[in-house]
Amino acid sequence: MNWTAIAAIYRFEMARFFRTLAQSFLSPVLSTSLYFVVFGTAIGSRIQEIEGVSYGAFIVPGLIMLSVVMLSISNASFGIYFPKFLGTIYELLSAPINFFEIVIGYVGAAATKALFVGLVILGTATFFVDIRIEHPFAMAAFLILSCLSFSLLGFIVGIWASNFEQMSLIPQLVVTPLIFLGGTFYSVSMLLPVWQTITLFNPVVYLISGFRWSFYGLADVPIALSLLAIAGFTGICLAVIWWIFKTGWRIRS
Amino acid sequence: MTAILSIKDLRKSYADGFEALKGVSLDIREGEILALLGPNGAGKTTLISTICGITTPTSGTVTVGGHDIQSEYRAARSMIGLVPQEIALEPFEKVWNTVRFSRGLFGHRMDNAKIEQILRKLSLWDKRKNAIKELSGGMKRRVLIAKALAHEPRILFLDEPTAGVDVELRKDMWEIVEELKQSGVTIILTTHYIEEAEAIADRVGVINKGELLLVQDKDRLMAQMGQKQIEVMLTKPVTAIPKSLSQHNLELGEGGESLVYTYDTQAERTGITKLLNDVAEAGLVLRDVRTRQSSLEEIFVTLVSGDAT
Repeated sequence: MNWTAIAAIYRFEMARFFRTLAQSFLSPVLSTSLYFVVFGTAIGSRIQEIEGVSYGAFIVPGLIMLSVVMLSISNASFGIYFPKFLGTIYELLSAPINFFEIVIGYVGAAATKALFVGLVILGTATFFVDIRIEHPFAMAAFLILSCLSFSLLGFIVGIWASNFEQMSLIPQLVVTPLIFLGGTFYSVSMLLPVWQTITLFNPVVYLISGFRWSFYGLADVPIALSLLAIAGFTGICLAVIWWIFKTGWRIRS
Repeated sequence: MTAILSIKDLRKSYADGFEALKGVSLDIREGEILALLGPNGAGKTTLISTICGITTPTSGTVTVGGHDIQSEYRAARSMIGLVPQEIALEPFEKVWNTVRFSRGLFGHRMDNAKIEQILRKLSLWDKRKNAIKELSGGMKRRVLIAKALAHEPRILFLDEPTAGVDVELRKDMWEIVEELKQSGVTIILTTHYIEEAEAIADRVGVINKGELLLVQDKDRLMAQMGQKQIEVMLTKPVTAIPKSLSQHNLELGEGGESLVYTYDTQAERTGITKLLNDVAEAGLVLRDVRTRQSSLEEIFVTLVSGDAT
């Protein structure tokens, strides 16, 4: 493994993040505050508690996941798409590194940025509601795994995309609806039975459910299923990336 | 001199059937400057891209310092630096950081002194804290060279280093190339300017339609390519070349309105002065004088048709 090269990619990507640190920091703080004001106040006044947890506190894991998933995808896709767009990818392809090392560098940096934002949102949320974390290790594991797996997905999107429009296609048209309909702002048990069944086909439900369980011990689906889902999703992303690596799809002519 | 880069029967075909490289074989000697001449679409960039790992070859082998570019790509690529044709740089990145990134990417530990040395050599030291977008086109090209040199390669590929740059900058670039050669770097550059090859290369390769037509020492090739014509336009047309001018081996232009003289630009005496004197003595009055040099395309045609030796 060429760790020096991996570190170079990671540092270079993180430098981009630190150049806009105020933006990186303020943006999630502001959007989280807005979610609390709009959803927490407007809806929270009607839904006092869900299974013993205040509505404001109930939506925190979902809000963190919403930002973490979107940021992981956009950070990683932008990270690899930008060199393609600018033409600087020639340097990556001609360097003595393999594709796996490139992935570690870009995905590692994208996941770190998303993790940072996730923690900022968690910190911001403590100013609005009382949060308890019943299973801190599980919470950390879910958070880190989500950052990594969706960064892997973002990397695939960045390789696949041939213009900026395509870059936003999957996050906006696929991932955002799945997150909003995946129990971010409600419990699956609040839905009509038929929608409860349909919702179970949404993979994000397993992610948010598992993550919420790590906070309050509340889960819409069994925790083992949640773990299996996130592991399976990571496995699929890794398999696709391995295939890209073998074939040089959209990278090497 | 030993070959630092050895290419054997290299082929590259695309899915649509287009053959970009048709069995190129070439040995590049350590420490030389080789200029690859060819028109647009000749296969120059494909050849470089294949050697550097950007394009996967269909068949054939390439070894760099004895290392195969596919099975031993780490060792092979470590020896190579590439300066691409297009200016491809992150606009918001600072010069220092982008060069530092290149060094790390090639697996070399950070060495501030080395990067400073490279930036000073390329007159970029004063610009090290500038963002790339603040630099002129010429400075950006220098940054590309600095990035390519950051990991101290033994072979440097310069793909059309002077395409679209002004004369002054072109000469600057030639000086840089010469200095690099003096420091022991083997240089392969592509160009479609004969003058560029003439100015800096030790050997010249001519590539067209994916085939390497020839590789020769520059002096020999330039003598072969250095044919130039001068056309003496006359105020009154003539029906035949006057006998007093027969020694000049002239041809009669269209309609007898001009005399065409072909000479060797590399020759010690071109014979132009004597020709013009003799034309005046023959009583012919000049209306205009035009010069014309064989274009690279014409030379290619000559090479392909087998007229050249």
